[in-house]
Amino acid sequence: MKQQSLTKNNLALTKDQYLQLYYYMRLTREFEESILKLYRQGKIVGGAYTGNGNEATSVGSAFALEKHDYLFPMHRDMGAHLVRGQSLRNLMLQHLARGNSLSKGRDGTGHYADPTLKIYGNISHLGAMVPMACGVALASKLRKEKAVVMTYIGDGGANVGDVHESLAMASVMDLPLVLIIENNQYAYSTPVAKQIKAKRYSDRAIGYGISGYTIDGTDIDEVYSTCKQAVERARRGEGPTIIESVTMRMHGHSAHDGADYVPKDLLEAWKKKDPVMKIEKLLTDKRILTPTLKAEYEQKIMATLDDAIQYAVESPYPRPEEAIVGVYAA
Amino acid sequence: MAILTYIEAISKGLWEEMERDSSVFLLGEDIGKFGGAFKVTRGFIEHFGEDRVIDTVLAETAILGAATGAAVVGMRPVAEMQFADFVTTGFSQLVNNTASIHYRWHLPCPMVVRLPSGAGIHGGPFHSRNPEAWFFHQPGFKIVAPSFPYDAKGLIKAAIRDNNPVLYFEHKRLYRHVKGEVPDTDYIVEIGKGIIRREGTDISVITYGATVHQAIEAAEQLAKEGISIEVVDLLSLMPLDIELILTSVRKTGKVLIAHEDNITGGIGGEIAAIISEQAFEFLDAPIKRVGALDIPTPYSPPLEEFFLPNTKKLVAALKELAAY
Repeated sequence: MKQQSLTKNNLALTKDQYLQLYYYMRLTREFEESILKLYRQGKIVGGAYTGNGNEATSVGSAFALEKHDYLFPMHRDMGAHLVRGQSLRNLMLQHLARGNSLSKGRDGTGHYADPTLKIYGNISHLGAMVPMACGVALASKLRKEKAVVMTYIGDGGANVGDVHESLAMASVMDLPLVLIIENNQYAYSTPVAKQIKAKRYSDRAIGYGISGYTIDGTDIDEVYSTCKQAVERARRGEGPTIIESVTMRMHGHSAHDGADYVPKDLLEAWKKKDPVMKIEKLLTDKRILTPTLKAEYEQKIMATLDDAIQYAVESPYPRPEEAIVGVYAA
Repeated sequence: MAILTYIEAISKGLWEEMERDSSVFLLGEDIGKFGGAFKVTRGFIEHFGEDRVIDTVLAETAILGAATGAAVVGMRPVAEMQFADFVTTGFSQLVNNTASIHYRWHLPCPMVVRLPSGAGIHGGPFHSRNPEAWFFHQPGFKIVAPSFPYDAKGLIKAAIRDNNPVLYFEHKRLYRHVKGEVPDTDYIVEIGKGIIRREGTDISVITYGATVHQAIEAAEQLAKEGISIEVVDLLSLMPLDIELILTSVRKTGKVLIAHEDNITGGIGGEIAAIISEQAFEFLDAPIKRVGALDIPTPYSPPLEEFFLPNTKKLVAALKELAAY
C-alpha cells in the first residue's frame, strides 16, 4: 500500500492552535523535569518516567481528538493527558501517591482513569491497553457515539501479542481506533533493530488491511495532520489506522537508568531535533511567538507547576486501613 | 414450571437478561450464526441481531480485553471462552487488568466470562480443565459454578447484573445430562450463597460443579449403610459461603472436600485451612480432600477415569471418615 500523501484541507493550524500546542509541549517538558527533581529528592517513590523527546507526538496526537473521543495514553504521553485537560495537581497527586489522587494511591504515575476527561491510563504490562481500547471503540460503534479511541504503544511493546490480536479485531470490525506506535529507537536497553526486521512499523498495516503511516514524530504539523486524518477516518467508520511516530528517547528508560548503552553521537544528532526547540523556532519564524508571549507562558507554567507541587506535597497520604476498601464495586 | 436441561437453563437466563437490558451483549468465537460450539447461543443472533451477538476473531486476549473496555464504559458484555482451557491465552488481561480495575480506577467493570469447563468427555489435556483456582487466587473476581439447571439460570442472571467481573464456570458434562425444574419467573441466585443439597448428620461433603452429583449419589449409597451425609453445594467459589460451610461442620464434625479440579492448589485446600482456623474444636477427624490426581489431564479413557474423582472414590473416602 502506497503511503498516502497528505492534503492540507482543514488541517492547517490556526495561530491560536499553534500557541496552544506550544504551551502544552512546554508544560509537558517542564512538568517532567519537575518529576525527575522530585524523584531525586525522594518525594516520588518507585520510579519516574519521562517522554523527553516525545512532546510533539503526545501533544500533537491528543490535540487531534474531539471532547467525546477517548484517550488511552502510555507512560511517555503525559502531554496527551495535559491536552485533554488533566490538571497538574491531579498528575502530581498521582506521582506523589497521595490519598486524594485519582487512583486514591492505588497506583502511581499516569495509571488512573478519569472518565470526565475520557482518559484511561495504562498499566505496566505493555500492550494490555490496546485490547481495552478496542472494547471502548466497539462500545462507541455499537452505541453510535461517533467517538474515536486513540491509544499508543512503543517499538518494543508493539511486539506483544495483545497488540496483534487487537489489530486483527479492530481491522476486521472497522473499529474507530487510532494506534500510535511511538518508535523512540529503544525499548529499555534494546535497540529497535533487535525488535523488528521490517523497515517500518507502519508496514504492518498492510498485513491487517488498514492504513499505516510513518511520520517524523518531532514535527508538530506532521503529527497533528496525520493524526487528525486518522481520527476522522475512524469517525467515518472506515476503520483503524497505525501511525508510526519516529522520535528518540532522550532520557533513560526510567529515572534510574543512565542509558549508557545509547551511543552518544545518536543522542547528539537527535538533540538537534528537539521537538520543543523545533516548535519554538517554527512559531518564532512565523511571528506567532514573541519574546513577551514566551515569557508569559513560562511564568504561567512555573506558577502552575509550583502550585501543583505544593498542593501535592501538602496533601495527605491514604490511611493504611483504606488498603482493603474497594476491591469490589457495589 | 418447566423441566429444562442445564444448558437450556443457561440459554434461558442469557436470553432473559438480553431482553431485559439492552446494554447486555455477547462476544465470542462461533457464537453467532453457528450458535456456539455447544449451541448455548443457538437462535440468539436471529433474534437479537449481529450487534448484540458478536462473532469475534480467534484471539482470547482481544476478546477479554475488549469485554473489559466495553464494560468500563457502561456496557454489560458476556464473553464466551469456547473452552475454559483457552482462557489462559487471555490470562494477563484478566488478572493484570480486569480484576483490579475497580480497585485502581474506582469504576465498575460489569463483565461476565462464560467458561465451559470440566472433564469426563474424553477431551484430553486441553479441553477438560477446571481452571477456577487460578482466578480464585486473584483478588477482584467473583466466581460461580452452578450444578443444577435452577442455579444455572439464576446465577447467569446474577452474574450479568453484578457490577464486578464474574467468571461463570459451566460444567460441560452437565449440559445435556442434568435436568431440573426451572421457574419461568425472573429470579436470581445470590452470588456468595451456597445451598444444602441433602441434609445429613455424620459427615459434610463440601463440593461444587459436577462433583455435586457424585456426592449426592455417594450420599444415597451410604444412607443404606446407615451413614448420614450432608452435601453442601457451594455454588459460589468467590466469595465462598463460609457461614454455610462452618454451620455444616459444626453439625457433623467430619469433612470431605471434593472437587474435580486437581487436589494440589485446588480451592479445597483453602476451604480446609478456613475450617481448621475457624472450626477446629468441632472437628472429630482430619479434613479429607478428594480431587483429580496431580497430573495433566490424560486422554485415553482408562487413564482419564483413574485420574478423575468419581462416586466410588467419594464413597471410599467417606467410609474412611465415618470409621475414624
